Amino acid sequence: MVIENQNIEKVYNLISGIPDPEIPVITIQDLGILRDVKFLNGEYVVTITPTYTACPAMGMIEDQIKEILFSNGIKNVKVELTYSPTWTTDWISQEAKVKLKNYGIAPPNHSSCNKLFNSVEMVVCPRCNSKHTELISRFGSTACKALYKCNDCKETFDLFKCH
Amino acid sequence: MNIQEATYTYTVRLGDNALILGHRLSELCSKGPILEEDLALTNISLDMIGRTQALLKYAADIEMLGKTEDDLAYRRPENHYHNFLMTEQPNGDFAHTIARQLYISVFEFLFYSELEKSKDATLAAIASKTIKEIKYHMQHAVDWTLRLGDGTPESHKRMQKAVNDLWMYTGEFFEMDNLDTFLLHQHISVDVVPLKAEWNKYIKTALNDATLNMPEDTFMQTGSKKGIHTENLGHILSEMQYLQRAYPDAKW
Repeated sequence: MVIENQNIEKVYNLISGIPDPEIPVITIQDLGILRDVKFLNGEYVVTITPTYTACPAMGMIEDQIKEILFSNGIKNVKVELTYSPTWTTDWISQEAKVKLKNYGIAPPNHSSCNKLFNSVEMVVCPRCNSKHTELISRFGSTACKALYKCNDCKETFDLFKCH
Repeated sequence: MNIQEATYTYTVRLGDNALILGHRLSELCSKGPILEEDLALTNISLDMIGRTQALLKYAADIEMLGKTEDDLAYRRPENHYHNFLMTEQPNGDFAHTIARQLYISVFEFLFYSELEKSKDATLAAIASKTIKEIKYHMQHAVDWTLRLGDGTPESHKRMQKAVNDLWMYTGEFFEMDNLDTFLLHQHISVDVVPLKAEWNKYIKTALNDATLNMPEDTFMQTGSKKGIHTENLGHILSEMQYLQRAYPDAKW
Protein backbone atom coordinates (compact mmCIF):
# COMPACT_ATOMS: atom_id res chain seq x y z
CA MET A 1 0.00 0.00 0.00
CA VAL A 2 2.72 2.44 0.98
CA ILE A 3 4.49 1.87 -2.32
CA GLU A 4 1.29 2.49 -4.27
CA ASN A 5 0.64 5.76 -2.47
CA GLN A 6 4.13 6.96 -3.20
CA ASN A 7 3.62 6.10 -6.82
CA ILE A 8 0.38 8.04 -6.98
CA GLU A 9 2.29 11.06 -5.77
CA LYS A 10 5.01 10.37 -8.34
CA VAL A 11 2.43 10.08 -11.13
CA TYR A 12 0.75 13.28 -10.01
CA ASN A 13 4.03 15.16 -9.88
CA LEU A 14 5.06 13.91 -13.31
CA ILE A 15 1.90 15.12 -15.03
CA SER A 16 0.93 18.19 -13.02
CA GLY A 17 3.49 20.31 -14.87
CA ILE A 18 2.02 19.63 -18.33
CA PRO A 19 1.35 23.02 -19.92
CA ASP A 20 -2.05 23.86 -21.33
CA PRO A 21 -1.74 23.43 -25.11
CA GLU A 22 -3.41 26.78 -25.82
CA ILE A 23 -1.98 28.86 -22.97
CA PRO A 24 1.45 27.33 -22.41
CA VAL A 25 2.40 29.56 -19.45
CA ILE A 26 0.03 27.72 -17.12
CA THR A 27 -0.23 24.03 -16.35
CA ILE A 28 -3.17 21.65 -16.35
CA GLN A 29 -2.92 21.68 -12.57
CA ASP A 30 -2.98 25.52 -12.42
CA LEU A 31 -6.13 25.52 -14.53
CA GLY A 32 -7.89 22.84 -12.53
CA ILE A 33 -8.15 20.47 -15.49
CA LEU A 34 -6.22 17.76 -13.61
CA ARG A 35 -8.71 16.51 -11.02
CA ASP A 36 -7.41 13.29 -9.55
CA VAL A 37 -5.01 10.37 -9.73
CA LYS A 38 -6.09 7.02 -8.32
CA PHE A 39 -4.76 3.47 -8.37
CA LEU A 40 -7.60 1.09 -9.22
CA ASN A 41 -7.49 -2.58 -10.24
CA GLY A 42 -3.85 -2.48 -11.19
CA GLU A 43 -3.88 0.75 -13.17
CA TYR A 44 -3.43 4.44 -12.63
CA VAL A 45 -6.63 6.32 -13.36
CA VAL A 46 -6.04 9.98 -14.16
CA THR A 47 -9.21 12.08 -14.12
CA ILE A 48 -9.38 15.29 -16.13
CA THR A 49 -12.23 17.70 -16.81
CA PRO A 50 -12.72 19.98 -19.81
CA THR A 51 -12.87 23.75 -19.36
CA TYR A 52 -15.56 24.01 -22.05
CA THR A 53 -17.57 21.03 -23.33
CA ALA A 54 -15.90 21.20 -26.70
CA CYS A 55 -12.38 22.05 -25.52
CA PRO A 56 -10.30 20.77 -28.46
CA ALA A 57 -7.23 20.41 -26.24
CA MET A 58 -8.56 17.44 -24.27
CA GLY A 59 -7.28 14.83 -26.73
CA MET A 60 -3.85 16.40 -26.74
CA ILE A 61 -3.74 16.61 -22.94
CA GLU A 62 -4.65 12.92 -22.70
CA ASP A 63 -1.87 12.04 -25.15
CA GLN A 64 0.65 14.13 -23.22
CA ILE A 65 -0.28 12.49 -19.91
CA LYS A 66 0.25 9.04 -21.42
CA GLU A 67 3.45 10.06 -23.16
CA ILE A 68 5.07 11.39 -19.99
CA LEU A 69 4.03 8.42 -17.89
CA PHE A 70 5.02 5.86 -20.56
CA SER A 71 8.45 7.39 -20.92
CA ASN A 72 8.86 7.10 -17.14
CA GLY A 73 8.05 3.40 -17.29
CA ILE A 74 4.47 3.70 -16.10
CA LYS A 75 2.37 1.95 -18.71
CA ASN A 76 -0.79 0.92 -16.87
CA VAL A 77 -2.55 4.23 -17.31
CA LYS A 78 -6.15 5.13 -18.03
CA VAL A 79 -7.31 8.72 -18.58
CA GLU A 80 -10.93 9.43 -17.72
CA LEU A 81 -13.01 12.47 -18.53
CA THR A 82 -15.49 13.84 -16.03
CA TYR A 83 -18.06 16.64 -16.26
CA SER A 84 -18.84 16.72 -12.58
CA PRO A 85 -18.14 18.78 -10.57
CA THR A 86 -18.37 21.38 -13.32
CA TRP A 87 -15.15 23.21 -14.06
CA THR A 88 -15.02 26.82 -12.98
CA THR A 89 -12.43 29.57 -13.33
CA ASP A 90 -12.54 29.79 -9.52
CA TRP A 91 -10.24 26.78 -9.53
CA ILE A 92 -7.48 28.79 -11.19
CA SER A 93 -4.91 29.55 -8.49
CA GLN A 94 -3.79 33.07 -7.61
CA GLU A 95 -0.28 32.32 -8.87
CA ALA A 96 -1.70 31.13 -12.18
CA LYS A 97 -3.70 34.35 -12.50
CA VAL A 98 -0.48 36.33 -12.13
CA LYS A 99 1.13 34.14 -14.82
CA LEU A 100 -1.84 34.79 -17.12
CA LYS A 101 -1.59 38.54 -16.59
CA ASN A 102 2.16 38.55 -17.29
CA TYR A 103 1.44 36.61 -20.47
CA GLY A 104 -0.95 39.36 -21.62
CA ILE A 105 -4.26 37.70 -20.79
CA ALA A 106 -6.52 39.44 -18.27
CA PRO A 107 -7.34 36.79 -15.64
CA PRO A 108 -10.96 36.05 -14.75
CA ASN A 109 -12.56 37.79 -11.78
CA HIS A 110 -13.58 35.55 -8.94
CA SER A 111 -17.13 34.15 -9.09
CA SER A 112 -19.99 34.21 -8.87
CA CYS A 113 -19.66 35.79 -12.23
CA ASN A 114 -21.82 33.38 -14.11
CA LYS A 115 -25.00 35.34 -13.60
CA LEU A 116 -27.19 36.25 -16.52
CA PHE A 117 -26.48 39.58 -18.17
CA ASN A 118 -23.49 40.57 -16.07
CA SER A 119 -22.09 42.82 -18.75
CA VAL A 120 -20.80 45.43 -16.30
CA GLU A 121 -17.86 43.26 -15.31
CA MET A 122 -14.75 45.35 -14.62
CA VAL A 123 -11.76 44.28 -16.67
CA VAL A 124 -8.27 45.59 -16.03
CA CYS A 125 -5.80 45.91 -18.91
CA PRO A 126 -3.02 43.33 -18.35
CA ARG A 127 -0.46 45.64 -19.96
CA CYS A 128 -0.98 49.06 -18.34
CA ASN A 129 -3.41 48.18 -15.50
CA SER A 130 -5.94 50.72 -16.75
CA LYS A 131 -9.56 50.12 -15.81
CA HIS A 132 -10.59 52.10 -18.85
CA THR A 133 -11.31 49.08 -21.08
CA GLU A 134 -14.00 48.10 -23.51
CA LEU A 135 -15.45 44.85 -24.83
CA ILE A 136 -14.84 44.26 -28.54
CA SER A 137 -16.25 40.76 -28.82
CA ARG A 138 -17.72 38.32 -26.31
CA PHE A 139 -16.04 35.55 -28.24
CA GLY A 140 -12.31 35.39 -28.83
CA SER A 141 -9.55 33.21 -30.20
CA THR A 142 -10.54 30.25 -28.01
CA ALA A 143 -13.75 29.23 -26.25
CA CYS A 144 -12.46 30.46 -22.90
CA LYS A 145 -11.56 34.00 -23.98
CA ALA A 146 -13.25 37.29 -24.93
CA LEU A 147 -11.66 40.16 -26.83
CA TYR A 148 -11.16 43.55 -25.15
CA LYS A 149 -9.37 46.77 -25.89
CA CYS A 150 -7.69 49.24 -23.59
CA ASN A 151 -8.70 52.85 -24.11
CA ASP A 152 -5.51 54.13 -22.48
CA CYS A 153 -2.67 52.12 -24.01
CA LYS A 154 -4.83 51.31 -27.08
CA GLU A 155 -3.79 47.66 -27.11
CA THR A 156 -6.28 44.86 -27.67
CA PHE A 157 -6.08 41.94 -25.26
CA ASP A 158 -7.77 38.68 -24.34
CA LEU A 159 -9.86 38.25 -21.21
CA PHE A 160 -10.01 34.78 -19.72
CA LYS A 161 -13.77 34.70 -19.23
CA CYS A 162 -15.25 34.04 -15.86
CA HIS A 163 -16.95 30.67 -16.11
CA MET B 1 -40.72 0.71 -22.72
CA ASN B 2 -37.91 0.24 -20.21
CA ILE B 3 -35.84 2.97 -18.60
CA GLN B 4 -32.70 2.12 -20.54
CA GLU B 5 -34.37 2.29 -23.96
CA ALA B 6 -36.29 5.41 -23.09
CA THR B 7 -33.20 7.18 -21.74
CA TYR B 8 -31.34 6.24 -24.92
CA THR B 9 -33.97 7.89 -27.13
CA TYR B 10 -34.29 10.88 -24.82
CA THR B 11 -30.53 11.44 -24.90
CA VAL B 12 -30.37 11.05 -28.68
CA ARG B 13 -33.09 13.69 -29.06
CA LEU B 14 -31.08 16.16 -26.99
CA GLY B 15 -27.90 15.27 -28.85
CA ASP B 16 -29.60 15.76 -32.23
CA ASN B 17 -30.75 19.27 -31.28
CA ALA B 18 -27.17 20.24 -30.47
CA LEU B 19 -25.73 18.46 -33.51
CA ILE B 20 -28.03 19.96 -36.14
CA LEU B 21 -27.94 23.50 -34.75
CA GLY B 22 -24.17 23.16 -34.32
CA HIS B 23 -23.88 22.11 -37.96
CA ARG B 24 -26.10 24.97 -39.12
CA LEU B 25 -23.98 27.51 -37.26
CA SER B 26 -20.78 25.95 -38.58
CA GLU B 27 -22.01 26.75 -42.10
CA LEU B 28 -21.45 30.40 -41.20
CA CYS B 29 -17.73 29.90 -40.70
CA SER B 30 -16.01 32.62 -42.77
CA LYS B 31 -19.44 34.00 -43.75
CA GLY B 32 -20.27 36.03 -40.63
CA PRO B 33 -21.43 39.60 -41.23
CA ILE B 34 -18.37 40.92 -39.38
CA LEU B 35 -15.23 39.20 -38.10
CA GLU B 36 -16.31 39.28 -34.44
CA GLU B 37 -19.61 37.65 -35.35
CA ASP B 38 -17.85 35.00 -37.37
CA LEU B 39 -15.94 34.14 -34.20
CA ALA B 40 -19.08 34.26 -32.08
CA LEU B 41 -21.24 32.04 -34.26
CA THR B 42 -18.53 29.44 -34.76
CA ASN B 43 -17.71 29.48 -31.03
CA ILE B 44 -21.36 28.80 -30.29
CA SER B 45 -21.28 26.07 -32.93
CA LEU B 46 -18.27 24.54 -31.18
CA ASP B 47 -20.09 24.54 -27.83
CA MET B 48 -22.96 22.74 -29.55
CA ILE B 49 -20.70 20.10 -31.08
CA GLY B 50 -19.09 19.56 -27.66
CA ARG B 51 -22.49 19.04 -26.12
CA THR B 52 -23.39 16.67 -28.97
CA GLN B 53 -20.29 14.59 -28.31
CA ALA B 54 -21.11 14.27 -24.61
CA LEU B 55 -24.75 13.36 -25.23
CA LEU B 56 -24.34 10.98 -28.16
CA LYS B 57 -21.43 9.23 -26.45
CA TYR B 58 -23.65 8.68 -23.44
CA ALA B 59 -26.48 7.42 -25.70
CA ALA B 60 -24.09 4.97 -27.37
CA ASP B 61 -22.94 3.77 -23.93
CA ILE B 62 -26.55 3.18 -22.86
CA GLU B 63 -27.32 1.32 -26.09
CA MET B 64 -24.40 -1.08 -25.47
CA LEU B 65 -24.03 -2.10 -29.10
CA GLY B 66 -20.43 -0.95 -29.23
CA LYS B 67 -21.23 2.18 -31.24
CA THR B 68 -19.52 5.54 -30.88
CA GLU B 69 -20.92 9.07 -30.97
CA ASP B 70 -19.69 9.27 -34.56
CA ASP B 71 -21.72 6.23 -35.57
CA LEU B 72 -24.83 7.90 -34.22
CA ALA B 73 -24.08 11.21 -35.91
CA TYR B 74 -23.04 9.90 -39.30
CA ARG B 75 -24.91 6.66 -39.82
CA ARG B 76 -28.52 7.39 -39.10
CA PRO B 77 -31.01 8.27 -41.82
CA GLU B 78 -33.20 11.35 -41.66
CA ASN B 79 -36.23 9.72 -40.06
CA HIS B 80 -34.10 8.48 -37.16
CA TYR B 81 -33.17 12.05 -36.30
CA HIS B 82 -35.14 13.80 -33.55
CA ASN B 83 -33.89 17.39 -33.58
CA PHE B 84 -36.46 20.16 -33.30
CA LEU B 85 -37.59 21.48 -36.69
CA MET B 86 -36.34 24.89 -35.54
CA THR B 87 -32.71 23.71 -35.44
CA GLU B 88 -32.70 22.65 -39.10
CA GLN B 89 -34.15 25.90 -40.47
CA PRO B 90 -31.76 27.68 -42.84
CA ASN B 91 -29.50 30.45 -41.56
CA GLY B 92 -31.31 32.91 -43.83
CA ASP B 93 -30.20 36.50 -43.30
CA PHE B 94 -28.47 37.45 -40.04
CA ALA B 95 -31.84 38.34 -38.50
CA HIS B 96 -33.10 34.78 -39.05
CA THR B 97 -29.93 33.33 -37.51
CA ILE B 98 -30.37 35.56 -34.47
CA ALA B 99 -34.11 34.90 -34.11
CA ARG B 100 -33.43 31.16 -34.17
CA GLN B 101 -30.69 31.61 -31.55
CA LEU B 102 -33.00 33.70 -29.38
CA TYR B 103 -35.85 31.18 -29.39
CA ILE B 104 -33.61 28.18 -28.85
CA SER B 105 -31.17 29.58 -26.32
CA VAL B 106 -33.93 30.89 -24.05
CA PHE B 107 -35.62 27.49 -24.24
CA GLU B 108 -32.35 25.67 -23.57
CA PHE B 109 -31.59 27.94 -20.63
CA LEU B 110 -34.90 26.98 -18.99
CA PHE B 111 -34.67 23.34 -20.05
CA TYR B 112 -31.12 22.59 -18.93
CA SER B 113 -31.67 24.43 -15.64
CA GLU B 114 -34.30 21.76 -14.95
CA LEU B 115 -32.29 18.86 -16.37
CA GLU B 116 -29.57 19.66 -13.82
CA LYS B 117 -31.95 18.11 -11.26
CA SER B 118 -32.39 14.86 -13.22
CA LYS B 119 -31.97 11.60 -11.33
CA ASP B 120 -29.81 10.42 -14.21
CA ALA B 121 -26.38 11.52 -12.95
CA THR B 122 -24.77 11.74 -16.40
CA LEU B 123 -27.54 13.88 -17.89
CA ALA B 124 -27.45 16.10 -14.81
CA ALA B 125 -23.66 16.53 -15.09
CA ILE B 126 -23.83 17.36 -18.81
CA ALA B 127 -26.63 19.84 -18.04
CA SER B 128 -24.54 21.61 -15.36
CA LYS B 129 -21.65 21.83 -17.77
CA THR B 130 -23.65 23.08 -20.73
CA ILE B 131 -25.85 25.60 -18.88
CA LYS B 132 -22.88 27.93 -18.36
CA GLU B 133 -22.32 28.01 -22.10
CA ILE B 134 -26.02 28.45 -22.87
CA LYS B 135 -26.19 31.58 -20.70
CA TYR B 136 -23.52 33.08 -22.88
CA HIS B 137 -25.37 32.10 -26.08
CA MET B 138 -28.55 33.63 -24.70
CA GLN B 139 -26.85 36.88 -23.84
CA HIS B 140 -25.43 37.04 -27.35
CA ALA B 141 -28.87 36.45 -28.92
CA VAL B 142 -30.65 38.97 -26.69
CA ASP B 143 -27.98 41.62 -27.40
CA TRP B 144 -28.34 41.20 -31.15
CA THR B 145 -32.13 41.10 -31.02
CA LEU B 146 -31.98 44.50 -29.34
CA ARG B 147 -29.44 45.87 -31.76
CA LEU B 148 -31.30 44.73 -34.88
CA GLY B 149 -34.83 45.40 -33.62
CA ASP B 150 -34.01 48.85 -32.27
CA GLY B 151 -31.56 49.59 -35.07
CA THR B 152 -32.25 50.96 -38.54
CA PRO B 153 -35.67 50.72 -40.23
CA GLU B 154 -34.26 47.98 -42.45
CA SER B 155 -32.82 45.90 -39.59
CA HIS B 156 -36.05 46.37 -37.62
CA LYS B 157 -38.14 45.18 -40.55
CA ARG B 158 -35.95 42.13 -41.12
CA MET B 159 -35.81 41.18 -37.44
CA GLN B 160 -39.59 41.40 -37.16
CA LYS B 161 -39.96 39.21 -40.24
CA ALA B 162 -37.49 36.67 -38.83
CA VAL B 163 -39.23 36.31 -35.45
CA ASN B 164 -42.57 35.99 -37.28
CA ASP B 165 -41.27 33.42 -39.78
CA LEU B 166 -39.78 31.14 -37.15
CA TRP B 167 -42.59 31.38 -34.60
CA MET B 168 -44.38 28.28 -35.95
CA TYR B 169 -41.42 26.10 -34.98
CA THR B 170 -41.50 27.09 -31.29
CA GLY B 171 -44.53 24.99 -30.35
CA GLU B 172 -42.48 21.79 -30.50
CA PHE B 173 -40.29 22.88 -27.60
CA PHE B 174 -43.16 22.36 -25.18
CA GLU B 175 -44.55 19.02 -26.36
CA MET B 176 -44.49 15.92 -24.18
CA ASP B 177 -44.93 12.46 -25.71
CA ASN B 178 -45.31 9.09 -23.93
CA LEU B 179 -41.58 8.68 -23.61
CA ASP B 180 -41.12 12.09 -21.97
CA THR B 181 -43.94 11.36 -19.54
CA PHE B 182 -42.63 7.88 -18.75
CA LEU B 183 -39.19 9.29 -17.90
CA LEU B 184 -40.75 12.16 -15.96
CA HIS B 185 -42.23 9.56 -13.59
CA GLN B 186 -38.70 8.22 -13.15
CA HIS B 187 -37.48 11.76 -12.37
CA ILE B 188 -35.17 11.61 -15.38
CA SER B 189 -36.77 13.90 -17.97
CA VAL B 190 -37.92 17.51 -17.76
CA ASP B 191 -41.57 18.54 -17.73
CA VAL B 192 -41.47 21.12 -20.50
CA VAL B 193 -45.14 22.18 -20.34
CA PRO B 194 -44.68 24.58 -17.40
CA LEU B 195 -41.61 26.12 -19.08
CA LYS B 196 -43.78 27.71 -21.76
CA ALA B 197 -45.08 30.59 -19.65
CA GLU B 198 -41.60 31.51 -18.51
CA TRP B 199 -40.20 31.22 -22.03
CA ASN B 200 -42.95 33.52 -23.28
CA LYS B 201 -42.04 36.05 -20.60
CA TYR B 202 -38.35 36.09 -21.57
CA ILE B 203 -39.13 36.35 -25.28
CA LYS B 204 -41.70 39.07 -24.73
CA THR B 205 -39.24 41.15 -22.71
CA ALA B 206 -36.48 40.69 -25.29
CA LEU B 207 -38.79 41.63 -28.18
CA ASN B 208 -40.38 44.56 -26.34
CA ASP B 209 -36.97 45.98 -25.43
CA ALA B 210 -36.06 45.71 -29.11
CA THR B 211 -39.28 47.53 -30.17
CA LEU B 212 -40.49 44.33 -31.83
CA ASN B 213 -43.94 42.76 -31.63
CA MET B 214 -44.65 39.28 -30.32
CA PRO B 215 -45.68 37.18 -33.33
CA GLU B 216 -49.34 36.30 -33.57
CA ASP B 217 -50.37 32.79 -32.67
CA THR B 218 -50.36 30.47 -35.60
CA PHE B 219 -50.50 26.79 -36.47
CA MET B 220 -47.50 25.15 -34.79
CA GLN B 221 -45.41 22.73 -36.85
CA THR B 222 -44.55 19.41 -35.26
CA GLY B 223 -43.07 15.99 -36.05
CA SER B 224 -39.46 15.72 -34.91
CA LYS B 225 -40.15 13.31 -32.06
CA LYS B 226 -41.60 10.94 -34.66
CA GLY B 227 -38.72 11.53 -37.07
CA ILE B 228 -40.76 13.75 -39.41
CA HIS B 229 -38.79 16.75 -40.64
CA THR B 230 -38.89 19.71 -42.98
CA GLU B 231 -37.06 19.24 -46.27
CA ASN B 232 -34.03 21.03 -44.81
CA LEU B 233 -32.75 18.11 -42.75
CA GLY B 234 -32.12 15.89 -45.77
CA HIS B 235 -29.93 18.55 -47.32
CA ILE B 236 -27.98 18.97 -44.08
CA LEU B 237 -27.36 15.24 -43.73
CA SER B 238 -26.36 14.79 -47.36
CA GLU B 239 -23.53 17.20 -46.73
CA MET B 240 -22.70 16.26 -43.14
CA GLN B 241 -22.69 12.49 -43.77
CA TYR B 242 -21.13 12.56 -47.23
CA LEU B 243 -17.68 11.33 -46.28
CA GLN B 244 -18.88 8.49 -44.07
CA ARG B 245 -21.32 7.34 -46.75
CA ALA B 246 -18.82 7.54 -49.58
CA TYR B 247 -16.00 5.94 -47.58
CA PRO B 248 -17.51 3.75 -44.86
CA ASP B 249 -15.14 3.09 -41.93
CA ALA B 250 -12.67 5.69 -43.19
CA LYS B 251 -10.05 6.55 -40.56
CA TRP B 252 -7.56 9.39 -40.41
